[in-house]
Amino acid sequence: MSALSDQLMTITTLVYLLAMIGHAVEYALGNSRARAVAAPARELVGAAVGAGSTPATRRDAPDLTAARPTVAATSTERTARRAELAGRVAVGLTALGAAAHLAGLVTRGLAADRMPWGNMYEFVLTVSFIGVAAWLVVLVKVPSLRRLGLFLTLVMVLLVATAELVLYTPIVPLVPALNSYWFIVHVSTIVFASGLFLLGVVPAAAYLMRAGYEQGKRSFPYTLAKRLPAAAGLERLTFVLHAFSFPIFTFAVIAGAIWAEAAWGRPWGWDPKETWAFISWVIYAGYLHARATPSVKRNVVAWLAILGFLTVLMNLFGVNIFFEGLHSYGGI
Amino acid sequence: MTAVDQRPVPAPAEPPRRRPNPLLALLRNSWRQLTSMRTALVLLFLLAVAAIPGSVLPQRGVNPEDVRDFFTAYPELAPWLDRIGAFEAFSSVWFSAIYLLLFTSLIGCITPRLVDHVRALRSRPPAVPKRLSRLPQHTVVPAPDGGVAAIAETLRRRRWRVVVRGDEVSAEKGYLKETGNLIFHSSMVLLLIGVALGSWYGWSGNRLLVAGADHVFCNTRQQYAEAKLGPRVGDDLPRFCMQLDEFDARFLPTGQPSYYQAKVTVDENGGAPRAAEFSVNSPLRLDGANVYLLGHGYAPVIRYTDRYGRSQTSAVPFLGTGDMGLTSEGLAAFPDANVDPATGERNRELQVAFDGLYLPTAPQQGPFTRSEHPTEQNPLLGLVAYQGNLGLDAGIPGSVYQLDQRQVRNGRLTEIGSRELRVGESWTLDDGSKVEFLGSEPYIVLSVRYDPGTNLLLISSVGLVLGLMGSLFVRRRRVFVRLLPTGSADPANGSPTGGSSLVEVGGLPRTEHPGFADEFAQLVAALRDDRPAGKTDDAPAAREGAE
Repeated sequence: MSALSDQLMTITTLVYLLAMIGHAVEYALGNSRARAVAAPARELVGAAVGAGSTPATRRDAPDLTAARPTVAATSTERTARRAELAGRVAVGLTALGAAAHLAGLVTRGLAADRMPWGNMYEFVLTVSFIGVAAWLVVLVKVPSLRRLGLFLTLVMVLLVATAELVLYTPIVPLVPALNSYWFIVHVSTIVFASGLFLLGVVPAAAYLMRAGYEQGKRSFPYTLAKRLPAAAGLERLTFVLHAFSFPIFTFAVIAGAIWAEAAWGRPWGWDPKETWAFISWVIYAGYLHARATPSVKRNVVAWLAILGFLTVLMNLFGVNIFFEGLHSYGGI
Repeated sequence: MTAVDQRPVPAPAEPPRRRPNPLLALLRNSWRQLTSMRTALVLLFLLAVAAIPGSVLPQRGVNPEDVRDFFTAYPELAPWLDRIGAFEAFSSVWFSAIYLLLFTSLIGCITPRLVDHVRALRSRPPAVPKRLSRLPQHTVVPAPDGGVAAIAETLRRRRWRVVVRGDEVSAEKGYLKETGNLIFHSSMVLLLIGVALGSWYGWSGNRLLVAGADHVFCNTRQQYAEAKLGPRVGDDLPRFCMQLDEFDARFLPTGQPSYYQAKVTVDENGGAPRAAEFSVNSPLRLDGANVYLLGHGYAPVIRYTDRYGRSQTSAVPFLGTGDMGLTSEGLAAFPDANVDPATGERNRELQVAFDGLYLPTAPQQGPFTRSEHPTEQNPLLGLVAYQGNLGLDAGIPGSVYQLDQRQVRNGRLTEIGSRELRVGESWTLDDGSKVEFLGSEPYIVLSVRYDPGTNLLLISSVGLVLGLMGSLFVRRRRVFVRLLPTGSADPANGSPTGGSSLVEVGGLPRTEHPGFADEFAQLVAALRDDRPAGKTDDAPAAREGAE
């Protein structure tokens, strides 16, 4: 069962990688289409040649002259269809990866005969699964966000591969300190909130790029946002995700405090993990307040979300690697 | 957001002047600044930044040994950092200043809002605006049969706060948002009070407890190796005594612990002794004190018979060196050894101590430096004997677990040999005295604590979460309905609804509410369908929950 879990996780990584490639293909094709559609008629040829730089349409390229815009148009249409297809395949692969991911977690839990959150490896895998699952839910509700999948799958490939390559730990039972029902309450909610925070950074970053693009900026990072949904919608999604996960995070921290009172004799002791959870909480509280304040620019608000994300990452990885504290279990 | 009415007490008596007092003006402006959201945001950000040093630098409250190590590693930097409170970052002046300012700002912000909200809760929804068509949502539909009364009834059934003024109905919903908001922020204040209570009236102490009737511990200040008493705690701690009967620790073959349980006999307030058990995640809750199991180890029992034939036995707790196999170090000191029975004179130069290394599971072959498993499968005690002045009478505080190395350096204490002993073995030293390794007793590390603030912390935590949910998920909105006079609005009046009139409905979301258009449409549909027993449409409520 343990070996099966390991194999499933390897498959998961590869499938996410393929999904990322799918999104990248969609992105590349989509951009050339955008250029063609946006271009006035006299530039159609140039645009089509641009599109022809992808292998799919290369053989059409010699036929193109300024006199035959229709050929260019059909080729653009075909490219668009292919972009659409690549995007759909990428989403399908993400869903497939998520299924393998879940199966990997379940088999790991069965093999260990406990919830699979006993060490850093299992923890990161669970957090990233929550991120992917929440992403798929968001995608069902707002399909136009599909292009953000490129960023999301990139983050997932990095997280899952880091877990596989750096953090891997063989299965062991829980140490007595973790053997409590608060383990399930505290860790499941922390995992859930962290996963949503991790997902929340995707629309936040996309918003910053898209907002710049809408203001007419055409330098590098902003050009990526050409085909993204409108900035206002991205901003709104960022808020919804954070507003949803903040109370869960608050509850998780409180559950941790109740557990800490039973296990270590004090609800709060400024252990490094606690300190960084406090920092994340304060930053996200700042985000919610800043967003409710009209005089604060939305760009600043989005940066706060990204800052919060960085503190969550710091808590997830940094605290266990750099500091020694009560939250170090099972290797790292 | 600003609290204009709130004004701090003006500074001392000066003759009243006509012109606005500049001091007063300054105070008022400062107060406005402090209670503004912008300041609160800056303070929040500062609070986050100020918490970082506390996680990077070692903290006395978390790990005093690390602080000592830091002083050794950076002798130049450490005292300077200590002066600004960097090793007690969370009780330092700068950290306290930030959160106290933040809480002042918070109180200044919520007090006027609380007043406003109470007023809003007691007031009725405002009159219908003249031009409903200017509201974000607006429509004109045929009036239901029951007229204004039916409309009001439908709204009430959907839990709107409704007021009917003639032909007009005003309704408002979502007061829970501000209620939640205020509960959340008041809970923050309550939380701070709980923390303050705990630090004033709470106390805690740590100590080791070796198994056996010889090592009973009674709860007094002096019984703790380290104790922390809040400034308002008297000298009398709750009275109880405790004896460790049995300690059960189980480990995996790798050495990872899997189970701990301590069995003790307790008597409280002089009552009858009773048996009790506790373990890592379930502390022993006594009257006015909780006992937590923090760690465990072995106390080798050593009998020393001095050159005059007088023997002393002690079970000395050895401290783990931090490895998986529970290799532990300790010091068995016999300062009263070799007292001449004839003269009764104590010769300090003949004091004896053994510096020990205990391996619960020693390897089959040497070097005997590291234990292989935390259980006692092959116990081995390595002793280094010292004779001379132990330096215990010099009045310089030192660890009872370590030999005073100063005495060794200045030659007053000399090493007189070393030996490895198994259980039951003895070692006769050159002066004819004898040391025996009799076995070992388990010991546990206890933390005994009392914190009167925890209940308040729990209550305020519940308030935090509930308030937060109300504040984030509830939306305040208003709808207005006006019965249009017959024939005034629409010439096509002979409508199938019995033909009398139309109603004009307007909706106003008072906070950001993207789903309001849908909710409004459903509400309007429900208003037209005025049968009181009609379907109760839960869709809007479900939507609220989902967002």
